[in-house]
Amino acid sequence: MSEIKKIKNLKEFSTSADRFEGANLLCPGCAHSIIVREVLNATNDDLILSASTGCLEVCTAVYPYTSWDASWIHIGFENGSTAVAGAEAMYKALKTKGRLKQPDREPKFVSFAGDGASYDIGFQWISGCMERGHNMMHIVLDNEVYANTGGQRSSSTPIGSSATTSPAGRISYGEKKNKKDMISIMAAHQIPYAAQVAPNKWKDMVKKIQHGLAVEGPVFINAMSACTTEWKFDPKDTMSISDLATDSLVFPLYEIID
Amino acid sequence: MAFDKMELRDIEVWDGNFAAAQALRQCQIDVVAAYPITPSTPIVEGYAKFLADGYVEGEFVMVESEHAAMSGCIGAAAAGGRVATATSSQGLALMSETLYQASGMRLPIVLNLVNRALAAPLNVNGDHSDMYMVRDSGWIQFDAYNPQEAYDLNFIAFKVAEDHDVRLPAIVNQDGFMTSHTAQGVKTLTDDAAYNFVGEFKPMNDMLDLDHPVTHGVQTEEDWHFEHKARQHRDLMVTVMPKIQAAFDEFEKLSGRKYNIVEEYDMDDADVAVVCMGTSVETAREVATEMRAQGIKAGVVGIRVLRPFPFMEIAEALKDVKAIAALDRSSPNGAAGMLFNEIAGALFNTDTKALLSGYVYGLGGRDLTKAHLRDLYKELQANADAGKVTTQLQQFIGVRGPKLAFL
Repeated sequence: MSEIKKIKNLKEFSTSADRFEGANLLCPGCAHSIIVREVLNATNDDLILSASTGCLEVCTAVYPYTSWDASWIHIGFENGSTAVAGAEAMYKALKTKGRLKQPDREPKFVSFAGDGASYDIGFQWISGCMERGHNMMHIVLDNEVYANTGGQRSSSTPIGSSATTSPAGRISYGEKKNKKDMISIMAAHQIPYAAQVAPNKWKDMVKKIQHGLAVEGPVFINAMSACTTEWKFDPKDTMSISDLATDSLVFPLYEIID
Repeated sequence: MAFDKMELRDIEVWDGNFAAAQALRQCQIDVVAAYPITPSTPIVEGYAKFLADGYVEGEFVMVESEHAAMSGCIGAAAAGGRVATATSSQGLALMSETLYQASGMRLPIVLNLVNRALAAPLNVNGDHSDMYMVRDSGWIQFDAYNPQEAYDLNFIAFKVAEDHDVRLPAIVNQDGFMTSHTAQGVKTLTDDAAYNFVGEFKPMNDMLDLDHPVTHGVQTEEDWHFEHKARQHRDLMVTVMPKIQAAFDEFEKLSGRKYNIVEEYDMDDADVAVVCMGTSVETAREVATEMRAQGIKAGVVGIRVLRPFPFMEIAEALKDVKAIAALDRSSPNGAAGMLFNEIAGALFNTDTKALLSGYVYGLGGRDLTKAHLRDLYKELQANADAGKVTTQLQQFIGVRGPKLAFL
């Protein structure tokens, strides 16, 4: 069972134990770090984490430093989900064989990846992890664009966006494809839980993360991550921009159970 | 222990794939993440069946691609346990990105690589183009010439790779079909003797040590990247070879079977020598013996360890011969062959006057026959007699049409 954390108010929540240090290289106003802190603060469980190549990875583990006070792995752009799945398989093997160093503790396995690393290049790896039923959670930090490489469209980029590879111009309004419905695709894997969350709605998000950590089996979370650099808003406006997106239902919050 | 041991006869009739699968069982692999590809598939099928029958304890993760197979192996190895997989050809090509990641992250994974040609054109048969493709990936590479060696070298590979002074992944090569699907007598170790030889897995920087969190796979740029790569190369150049020799020595004491960094056959007084890998080594040895009956002092040097490359050992083995043939079973696609280049490099600054010529053979599983090798030894003798290379430097053996030669 997952160890649910009791949270009284935002002040206590935002200042509680950090397994993700504020000392990182993410942009001021970047929602990635807010999402990660909300996920890590939602539980007292031991965590085995991964990040796929992207902003979160390049900004939080630059040798000889690390921002992570929980075991963390990065391999490549497409395979962060499978890294955690491999670790989860080793956990099961060592549990069977009686070789766990802390046999009474039950870590949770969580992979973080951007929308490019999830919707596009890592799609097959995530599908495999969900289909095989690993006891893990995959969280998309969905800023709807390849931010780390400078603003190219991904299959999460919504229609009408101006990305560097689908720019709005004299005769084009920009991106012409609708955003890929990743949650429905993941739900079709018959996983126990899939949800869309946003860090500005932190109580809703924490509840969903806690539910996801408590269920047995693969969980898929799509988290809206407002990008001050590529969405081109003032870093102080991250929360108000996020409120606009969720309150207008441009980015609806919902869950699919069983 | 919750698994059953297996009573093996002293000599079993196994093909190379089953011999490797039995070695994985005896090493009690914790996690195998794998994807099927001809001709390596029976290795991981074997592990799965041993698991299903209760002869091994662990997790078999049947993933959706070879890239995911090695990705899962990396995650499992970083978590802290004994990890193995198998692949061939296109599968290796797909996982090649992760091979560099596994070695750079210093994770001791063992990969059984059943050598097969690379497309196009698509071909399932054995040549060494997959082995060659990843030779600079930072993995230790062993080469087996028959099922017995495919079995034995797996134990050696785990012992060396998991040594805390090494912590590098290792590949055990065997020839597709010629070794992998050809059943021969294989002398076995008992389950206890085999497991005791490789020993208990000793974790290091394991993610599952929850009291000591670790960060694997960091970012480095021009400030630190070079130092990491240099350290890895240093360990391959300095640390690994003595560890391999020590493992060979210990294995000989256990089994009576002696392995060497380079395998010399009739090289003591040889005038002409063939250098090759895989099943061709055994063919060349038979032909060398025949040639000696005809008055040609022929020898064979087999490469047992391809990475780290046995630069000094090769120079020593070849220092007194008059003519050498380097046999490459991979198309160099616009260059001299890999073995030709490595041997040339090993000999260049020495006092040897040996003449070196290169041969490309056996692509896509084309046979290298004894007749080919008889002709080859005669060419080498002609070179030795003339005191110069009498042919072009690079020749193709056994390809249709007019004789193909370059350089």
